[in-house]
Amino acid sequence: MNPLDLVTPGIGLIFWTSIVFLLLVLILKKYAWKPILDAVDKRSKSIEDAINAADEAKSSLAQLNEERAKIKKESLADRDALLKDAAETKNQIIAEAKTKAKEETDKILASAREVIKTEKLAAITELKNQVAVLSLEIAEKIVKDQLSSDDKQKALVDSMIKDVNLN
Amino acid sequence: MERLFKVFNISFFIFISFGVLASNDTNHHEDSNSEESSEMYDPVPDVMHHISDAHDWHFFTFRETHFTIPLPVILFTDNNLDVFMSSDFHHGHNNVTKGDRVYSIDEHGHISEASGLSILNFSITKNVASMLLAVLILFLILRKVAKSYRKNNGVPRGIQAFIEPLILFVRDDVAKPNIGTKYKKYLPYLLTLFFFILINNLLGLLPGAANVTGNIALTMVLSVFTLIITNVSGSKMYWSHIFNPLGNSMGWSAKIPLYIILLPIEIVGIFLKPIALMIRLFANMTAGHIIILSLLSLIFMAQSGLGTGGAFGVAPVSVAFVLFMYLIELLVAFLQAYIFTLLTSLFIGLAVVEDH
Repeated sequence: MNPLDLVTPGIGLIFWTSIVFLLLVLILKKYAWKPILDAVDKRSKSIEDAINAADEAKSSLAQLNEERAKIKKESLADRDALLKDAAETKNQIIAEAKTKAKEETDKILASAREVIKTEKLAAITELKNQVAVLSLEIAEKIVKDQLSSDDKQKALVDSMIKDVNLN
Repeated sequence: MERLFKVFNISFFIFISFGVLASNDTNHHEDSNSEESSEMYDPVPDVMHHISDAHDWHFFTFRETHFTIPLPVILFTDNNLDVFMSSDFHHGHNNVTKGDRVYSIDEHGHISEASGLSILNFSITKNVASMLLAVLILFLILRKVAKSYRKNNGVPRGIQAFIEPLILFVRDDVAKPNIGTKYKKYLPYLLTLFFFILINNLLGLLPGAANVTGNIALTMVLSVFTLIITNVSGSKMYWSHIFNPLGNSMGWSAKIPLYIILLPIEIVGIFLKPIALMIRLFANMTAGHIIILSLLSLIFMAQSGLGTGGAFGVAPVSVAFVLFMYLIELLVAFLQAYIFTLLTSLFIGLAVVEDH
């Protein structure tokens, strides 16, 4: 066999290869490459989307955390302010109450003193009156007693006369 | 880059021509040898038979019985279409008569007509049958892969997990970087090219299989497709590079003498690129088959030269080498499919480029 036959293309194989290969390109394009590449593209797109969604979720979570921390900080500050206010109010109220109580006490004390003073005066006056009445009664009794008999009256007159004489 | 390719192409061409001449010489040499010592086993006819096309699919011959699959012979002679089975020849013992045309077949499978009419042979030969089988297998596999995307949520399973990386490889590492943004248009061609060459390469490695991708007719057709696609999609830039390669760097008075030399080179370059593709695939696959067959032939040569003991001595070494070559051929099957696709996309990329 002539080795040059090897490098001499045969018309039959050229013909069949051309037809078969052309048909193969067309058939595979429709039934294999298009569905496969579409599916691969779709899949890679869905993977990309999933990664993007995860990234988004991650960033929104981070934002949420940040916001939460911010709110927490703010509320802590609010609480501190409220506590401070409350303490101030408390102190103020206590101070006011103290002042008021003192005023009241002073007032009560002052009025009590006044009453006591008045009562004392009244009692002293009563006492004076009583003493005066008592003195009069005593004096009356003494007088009555001293003048109960004639002798005694005479003696008294005598003594009186005697005093007068002396004068 | 283009220059580099040209040098490569030309040197390849020279290399191949020397190869053909060399094999011619050795053949004559062996022919004269076999006449002198006819008892020595001559591997050349068997090797040539194995790497050539045939009208029937011969597996093996056991005790004078040929185990073959007969294939249709389709002949177009003198405006007559003659169709019959290759088994009608009875392995060259019979002539086939159709109308007034008498066909005979020689030991190399060459059909001739008794009255010397020229024949256009469109037979479904061993290579055509093997190619059809390969295409059928390829279609079934890829159809299955395409369907399997509908389930599993697109997670590759089974054969899909083997095919998908190859598809993505052709798309992302062959088409995209070489062609650029317009790669999508050429993807079906490139993918079909890759898988067509790959499956034919792989099927060709099976024992008894045909040497489809090692046939110059098939590689020629693929190269012509690449040639057509490349030049049809050629941009203005591409053509100006061929017909006005020096551009505005000098005046026409200086360019015209240069172009007398440059233009033929550029025009030859258009055709040399696909010719290199054609020869590369053909030579690689045929060479692989020849090496494996030659190594196996060593056993029979040892038998004829040294007797049965010699054959048993050579066989383990020979088988070990064949096994090694088979592994290399497995790599080459993928590699050549890749190179053909890569260079095709490179040529398309050079053709569609719009600016520097």
